[in-house]
Amino acid sequence: MNSAIPSLADFYRVLPELLWCASGVLAMLLQPFVRSRSFFTALAFLGALAGTGASVIAFRSPGLGFFGLVQSDAFSFFFHLLVGTVSVLVILAAGPYLDRERLPAAEFYALLLFATAGMGVLASAQELLTAFIGLEISSISSYILAGYRRDSLKSSESAMKYFLLGSFATAFFLYGIALVYGSTGTTILDKMGNTDPTSALLKLGLAMILIGLGFKVAAAPFQIWTPDVYEGAPTPVTAFFSAGPKAATFALLLRIFATVPAATHFWFWALWVLAVLTMFAGNLGALVQTNIKRLLAYSSIAHAGYILVAFAAVTAMAQGGSAGAAPAYAAVLFYLLSYALVKLGAFTIVSQLGGTGEKNLSMDDYAGLSQRQPVVAAMLSIYLLSLLGLPVTAGFFGKMYIFKAAVNSHLIWLAVLMGINSVIGAYYYLRVIVVMYMREPNAEAAAAAPVNFPLPVNVVLAITAIGTILFGVLPNPVINFILQPTLFGR
Amino acid sequence: MLPGGHLLSVLIFFPALGALALLLLRGDDHKYIRYLSLTVALAEFLLSLLLIHKVAIGAAGYPVEEFSKWINQPFINYHLGVDGISMFLVILTTFLTPISILASWKSIEHRVKEFFIMLLMLEVGVIGVFLALDLFLFFVFWEVMLIPMALLIGIWGHERRVYAAVKFMLYTMAGSIFMLVGIIWLYNATGTFDLPTVQQMLANGVLVLTPPTEMLLFLAFFVAFAIKVPLFPLHTWLPDAHVEAPTAGSVMLAGVLLKMGTYGMIRFCLPLFPEASHRAAPWIAVLAIIGIIYGALVAMVQPNLKKLVAYSSVSHLGFVVLGIFAFHNISMQGAVYQMLAHGISTGALFLLVGMLYDRRHTFEISEYGGLATPMPKLAAFFLFAALSSLGLPMLNGFVGEYLILLGTYQRHWQWASWAALGVILSACYLLWSYQRVFFGEITKEKNRTLPDTSPREKWILATMAVVTLWMGIGSVFITRRTATASQTVIDQVEPQRPYEAGVPSKILDEAPRKTAPRAPSTSTNTAMPSVTERLGAR
Repeated sequence: MNSAIPSLADFYRVLPELLWCASGVLAMLLQPFVRSRSFFTALAFLGALAGTGASVIAFRSPGLGFFGLVQSDAFSFFFHLLVGTVSVLVILAAGPYLDRERLPAAEFYALLLFATAGMGVLASAQELLTAFIGLEISSISSYILAGYRRDSLKSSESAMKYFLLGSFATAFFLYGIALVYGSTGTTILDKMGNTDPTSALLKLGLAMILIGLGFKVAAAPFQIWTPDVYEGAPTPVTAFFSAGPKAATFALLLRIFATVPAATHFWFWALWVLAVLTMFAGNLGALVQTNIKRLLAYSSIAHAGYILVAFAAVTAMAQGGSAGAAPAYAAVLFYLLSYALVKLGAFTIVSQLGGTGEKNLSMDDYAGLSQRQPVVAAMLSIYLLSLLGLPVTAGFFGKMYIFKAAVNSHLIWLAVLMGINSVIGAYYYLRVIVVMYMREPNAEAAAAAPVNFPLPVNVVLAITAIGTILFGVLPNPVINFILQPTLFGR
Repeated sequence: MLPGGHLLSVLIFFPALGALALLLLRGDDHKYIRYLSLTVALAEFLLSLLLIHKVAIGAAGYPVEEFSKWINQPFINYHLGVDGISMFLVILTTFLTPISILASWKSIEHRVKEFFIMLLMLEVGVIGVFLALDLFLFFVFWEVMLIPMALLIGIWGHERRVYAAVKFMLYTMAGSIFMLVGIIWLYNATGTFDLPTVQQMLANGVLVLTPPTEMLLFLAFFVAFAIKVPLFPLHTWLPDAHVEAPTAGSVMLAGVLLKMGTYGMIRFCLPLFPEASHRAAPWIAVLAIIGIIYGALVAMVQPNLKKLVAYSSVSHLGFVVLGIFAFHNISMQGAVYQMLAHGISTGALFLLVGMLYDRRHTFEISEYGGLATPMPKLAAFFLFAALSSLGLPMLNGFVGEYLILLGTYQRHWQWASWAALGVILSACYLLWSYQRVFFGEITKEKNRTLPDTSPREKWILATMAVVTLWMGIGSVFITRRTATASQTVIDQVEPQRPYEAGVPSKILDEAPRKTAPRAPSTSTNTAMPSVTERLGAR
């Protein structure tokens, strides 16, 4: 770190991002010359896979990279694997979707890979401006992806809303960084360790950072954009939004918590209130939805609320030193993993059943699905039961770990409110299952041929469903990994 | 090594294997599907009978156990165990499952394969609940069992099936989510989910709960169980679920699922939170008595035959709860007995109502009348089941109710007197409805030509009748095996007076010979091994 020239190890530490970016750029460059769509699918798939695989190399050379801008540790490894896998699976699911909707392939994959790279940066950023850059890379790609179905009004509306509100939130985030810098004299998280937590400037800066990130994870009262954006965006993109950026943003929040004690002192009540508001906003909103995409959008708001409960537990536990909060960190990580798997699977099914132009999205279109396509209905039920938090699914352990963290840090009321919300949530998840299994299909749907599920989509569904069950029965390997004391590289 | 090999795991997962095999069969192969599931269920029943051989009379603790590590963070163990109480509940489950399969032989024509898979998976969940000794494992089975039951109601039920299925599911989940918080709280305090270990910690004073905390924890568990029982005023899901469920679903629901609630009270609420149990007992007793009388009164005015049987369950389960919270060995034994007896007699009633429905497609009492003429055999079986349900001596219902009232009277004669009203009322509503359905003139032309029981139905009903009679006259076979386990629970809930040697034996001398539980004399006179000794043996 003494020399001003980055060492080779520095490049290893960002190798996943480099590979993701490179394959994205390659796709852009080749776009005018190659006509074959499947070529780009293969290119993007291999690029995403290579980047994800490279996270192992990054993990093998732990430590600070680029003069303290990024950090390679178990934590960043976990998130690189997570967002990388999400990206790989979304690419698999998106291929048939793009063919069906006759959308250009190369740009789509390029944007997706850039977004993935941005999320990778977010997960390993150790410095606030680097984090900002990561956030911007992923956000700007996301804005374009949301409006990728140019002919569709809803898609354009989705992109517009996401862009306007997103830029607003980014401004908050940036302003927050400026204030924090003004108060502490640094943007490197490690060096903020012993600053005066009572400084008003610091508090204001941290509050703004929280607002900016709260927007990205769809925490109430900054969640208004979510249903519209999720509904309008192409469904594979929606799957990507709900799994990837959310995980990466939560990763940054966790990193700030783990390294800046002042933040944990200051944010406790803010997080408590945010968590409660978000849970209720998501669950009550979802109760009245008849469009399945909107229902899942509201459900992702609710789940952000559950994760915020774990954050509140982090702050409560961290009062007695950061090490005590390990179970709460682990709860967040496990939850994000289980949640990403489930949402990917669910949205992939929704995307496939939607049909050309995404017409069949209402609850009625799912009536009697169990008789027309029993395997698909069973898969979707697994995902929904995991969202609901039923045992033998990963979602159950996720929820249980959060419960445990909350009870551990004596946030009994928060745990009880979360319990109430879980029951509300059970109602609308069950409603979908009820419609699929207990209602007869309407005549039109019954006469239609079963929707074809191409091989790549089936692979996505198999991986997500098996993962959901596997982590629901044997969470040991994952939980052992994320509970290690050197999670944050120290 | 723990004794018993892997019998308990086999018991839990054998039906799951059967369900897997069914999954591989073609969906339209109805005959093979039915025979395969019946074979699996019968084999499971025979397997469960091995438990009687393995669980020695008077053996303390859990004579058959299984233990292996499952998840190491948090420490969750795969810990199964069986004692006298859970043994018979498991056997009840494995007995009623083949009966339910036979009862659905003809009446289920639609999505046959899925139906039998669900029945077998339900058996898996229920047996798991009765055998789990790890709080977490218990919770897992408790939740998993919901899905097949809700689907059984929701897919194969009657008109308002979807409403009933969702209501059933939401009620249960609402209760169990707070049980989960309670379980996690206990884990945070003790570092283990293992039930015997937690009990030991409480007994040794390693873990001390302040009275308010204990009460909150008690309620977190109790509400989940009370919803399942169901205890008044949490019973409103039950009539809907029963009326809408297919016959097999009703039989399993009334026969086994409701017992999970009372079993939970015996296994968890009392031993873990003895002080809170004592403080809450008067309130719970009042609710139980209201349930007994209210359930009976509502049953009396029901125009719908199936709803009548459903409300009679509310009334009968009120007895069980009363027997549990009287904290007396005899009433506890009675409660356990009543759980089993109610499973058989109400199960039989639901089967009979289902057979009537198969013939006429209605549950309205006013649609029937004078049925004894066209179908004398069914009428005879119905009378037999009704008499056992209302507690005629020599039949199974009598033993349970009598023991409950006897034990409760020792402690609180007022409770017993109020509850005794329920016995009278149950005679009223059962006999009156019997009279309206089977006697009198035939008012509806259709009823004149109804066929009597088919051979299949006759076999089902005869089996139920034989068990009913056997439980009525051979009750000692069961009570001597449940005695030690229920005495253990009493000891745990009343540590200040571990054994009141004089009282039970005095009653036993006066009690009618047939119903006298013999074992208390062995378990109360030879001092119970202390908690530490028992745990040391594990």
